[in-house]
Amino acid sequence: MSAIGPPVGALELVVTIVAAWVALGALGLVRPHSLRFVSRLIFPAGACVALLLTVIAFLSLDAPPQSLVMPLGLPDLPFHVRLDPLSAFFLLLIGAASFGVSLFSAGYFRASEGTPPGLICFQYHVFLAAMASVVVADDAYAFMVAWEAMALASYFLVTTEHRIPEIRRAGFLYLLIAHIGAIAILLCFGVLQAGGDDYTFDTMRNMTLIGAWPTAAYFLALVGFGAKAGLLPLHVWLPEAHPAAPSPVSALMSGVMLKTAIYGLLRVTFDLMHVQLWWWGVVALALGVVTALFGVIYAAVQTDMKRLLAYSSVENIGIIVAGFGLTILFRAYGKNLLAAITLTAVLYHALNHAFFKTLLFLVTGSVLHATKERSLGKLGGLIHRMPWVAWLALVGTLAIAGLPPLNGFVSEWLLLQAFLFTPSLPQSFVNMLVPLAAAGVVLAVALAAYVMVKFYGVVFLGRPREAHLAYAHDAGRFERFGLVWLAAGCIALGILPVNVIQAIDPVNAMLLHSSAISAGGGNWLLLAPINADRSSYSPLIVLVVIIATVVLTMRIVHRFYHGRIRTAPPWDCGFPLQTPRMQDSAEGFGQPIRQVFEPFFRIERHLPTSFDAAPRYFVRIGDPFWSWIFLPIAHAAEFAARIVGLIQQGRISVYLTYSFFTLLALLFFVR
Amino acid sequence: MTIASFLTQLLELAIAVALAPLLVGWVNMCRAWLQNKSAPSLLLPYRTIRKLFMKDAVVAQSASPIFRTTPYIVFGAMCCAAAIVPSLATDLPFAQAADAIALVGLFALARVFIALAAMDIGTAFGALGARREMFVGFLAEPALLMVLFTASLISGSTSLPTIVDALAHRELAIYPSLAFAGVAFTMVSLAENARIPIDNPSTHLELTMIHEAMVLEYSARHLALLEWASALKLFNYSCIGLALFFPFGIAAAGDWLALIGAAPALIFKLAIGGVALAFIETLSAKLRIFRAPEFLGTAFLLAVLAMLVNLLLGG
Repeated sequence: MSAIGPPVGALELVVTIVAAWVALGALGLVRPHSLRFVSRLIFPAGACVALLLTVIAFLSLDAPPQSLVMPLGLPDLPFHVRLDPLSAFFLLLIGAASFGVSLFSAGYFRASEGTPPGLICFQYHVFLAAMASVVVADDAYAFMVAWEAMALASYFLVTTEHRIPEIRRAGFLYLLIAHIGAIAILLCFGVLQAGGDDYTFDTMRNMTLIGAWPTAAYFLALVGFGAKAGLLPLHVWLPEAHPAAPSPVSALMSGVMLKTAIYGLLRVTFDLMHVQLWWWGVVALALGVVTALFGVIYAAVQTDMKRLLAYSSVENIGIIVAGFGLTILFRAYGKNLLAAITLTAVLYHALNHAFFKTLLFLVTGSVLHATKERSLGKLGGLIHRMPWVAWLALVGTLAIAGLPPLNGFVSEWLLLQAFLFTPSLPQSFVNMLVPLAAAGVVLAVALAAYVMVKFYGVVFLGRPREAHLAYAHDAGRFERFGLVWLAAGCIALGILPVNVIQAIDPVNAMLLHSSAISAGGGNWLLLAPINADRSSYSPLIVLVVIIATVVLTMRIVHRFYHGRIRTAPPWDCGFPLQTPRMQDSAEGFGQPIRQVFEPFFRIERHLPTSFDAAPRYFVRIGDPFWSWIFLPIAHAAEFAARIVGLIQQGRISVYLTYSFFTLLALLFFVR
Repeated sequence: MTIASFLTQLLELAIAVALAPLLVGWVNMCRAWLQNKSAPSLLLPYRTIRKLFMKDAVVAQSASPIFRTTPYIVFGAMCCAAAIVPSLATDLPFAQAADAIALVGLFALARVFIALAAMDIGTAFGALGARREMFVGFLAEPALLMVLFTASLISGSTSLPTIVDALAHRELAIYPSLAFAGVAFTMVSLAENARIPIDNPSTHLELTMIHEAMVLEYSARHLALLEWASALKLFNYSCIGLALFFPFGIAAAGDWLALIGAAPALIFKLAIGGVALAFIETLSAKLRIFRAPEFLGTAFLLAVLAMLVNLLLGG
């Protein structure tokens, strides 16, 4: 993408950066209890390293693949690493998002009851290093080591406040599902390796799987990476782990770590395997749409701001996976150009989500610090107390709601364009199915706007619902830097789509041997995926025209009339008594959605009787997947354990009897 | 982009901004006639807007800058939308920058900002209106998009001028998909423009209002802009409907003669459309808010059906 080309030895630099992150983290252990040392020195240094990684990854996006054998690992089983456009894109994502998060973290962490700051710093940097290693790993062994390191580091980060039992439980759930996923991924690599000599990805690329094996590998990958990404029904850890973790960690996990799962899916499906069957795409498409709708409907009824964002992540992952399914579909029918456009939409949305979701999770961190409240029902009016955070959060809110001219809209636009191309597919059944999926995606996107208005309106607008919110303070200097970087990213990705698509096009060339821009009739200003007659979009022009209209209208109104303004108490139809508690709470704002989608929720209502001395009303909304899948499994496991428990009587005579009967049985067989 | 097409673009925008309040006045007039009332003047909306511009703006103490900039943003978004929709001619340079999906995005932008502004003051009615508006929007927006998708599938493009060109130059026949889409579109437009049966533009009855609840706190120039913007929204929706389902008389690129004929044709079509709207409003009753999802869900399903029918029958 640049005239200067990729830096020499970009891969070596990436490896050095990973090592630097680990070293910086280890440095935090030198003085584990010194908050000043960690936050003023190590986190900013980590941020610089992240920025360096961003630059290197950007420069090597269109470079030829480089690979390296590391002098690490077991004897005869060294780590292989490789930097190709796909890895470079995800390194770019990791670097850019973690730059913002590291800067924010420099001002965020406080001394607390839980893990000491030095240890947090170590876990945090190991987490970053592990994510970067996952995307450069070039053999199954290195990949699994990095993947496990990532899971463990994030587990420890989630349980930072480990003295609270709920948080320990959330951490355990996360670890459990992460390992279910890891087993599936391990099996997937086993299938892909197909009895070859070693476990390098190169061997897997050269293998040709036959029969049902490719399908087995694909579905193992879908389960394994889906567990990490939060696909239905393995999404249950997200709404538990995200509220438990400190906000920068939630931001990293949601914005960045979920994307490593998308990376894994793309790597396995398009790089390590050579065939893609059309019905894999249909499955992924259906799963993605259902996940997106489920996530957004649940997000609409949440009352905890981080849980709301966690469900919104489920929604976004659903959209990304739906796009992934559509890519497979196009690819399976040999429509490589359309597949390239869809893949571009997938990657674009992953990048967008990394920016706006990270931004919003960090915002919840600032709000949490300023108010000590996580429940939406106790916030409100923070735009007056925390203008920096509020205005930057507005950017993220508009972006995630998919509004032009910000970045969320671009990827959704591209994806919808891709959906509109399906009538060119040869199978009429699929042709009928895909528009239904498009309708589902559109519905999810429209509901996302509802969710985000709720989030922003309840937290930042209106009047403060609690008295102590009057003492809320704005974010500090480092936190502001981090937020500004991410918000600027949302805007830049929104108004410069052509440049972004050009930059990520080498990934299409690598995975699909096709380019999304070659056929386009647009120029730097105009995004036109197929040709300008068919569809085109130019966010910059839209932005300029809107701003011009706004400024012009303002000038005209003030010039011809006047700019006089008076302030007064709110009118509210003349009702004399108004308290901040009369505003919509989070429950109230989500109530219409709850009513419409009532059959999909598991609702627990507590209604007071008319004789209650202290009446209380509450509604709890549970995730039905617990009662559908997880609790039955847990009960079955407990039941099995009880059965096994029956034979453990704890008396030596009983055990001797068991031995006796075993011997008898053996004698009977051996005889 | 030639100067001629640029001028066409400006002309169309100017006509939209100028005529929008007239359309509202015309609908109100027809409705009053149908309900056996003596009608207000056709120019009443203009006078209202002028009166509001003269007044001093009163802003609540708890308002943030979002509250004060929202009217301008909403007005700007509606102007942008008016510039995309081919009402007079299909030679619109700005339509290249934003296609049908972006049009829906612009409407969503306006909706989100009005809803945020309504929540900004922190009154009970504001939040109630915001919640209901987003509630109506979450079904209406996909339905509108599906209607536009149906038209895109017929014409193979999401660019509105291309769609209109394609639809205007097909042979005259009944397209079942367009019939479905037309019904869906009518339902969506009623909901989106705060009309009966979803909302009633002429009451301030607290417990049933949607749009009016959101703009309760606005006064003077801010209110004037919002009123104008909602008139523009009605105008835009009417023009989208006319462009998709009655695309006759819209001038093609470079056809100056047709452009002169296009303006009277547009006014004629809008007048008929206004009468139809007044009829619908007079003949139907307002729905309870929780019946709204059924109404809009029907619209959404009809629009999806339209798309499927189009794929099945090929247009």
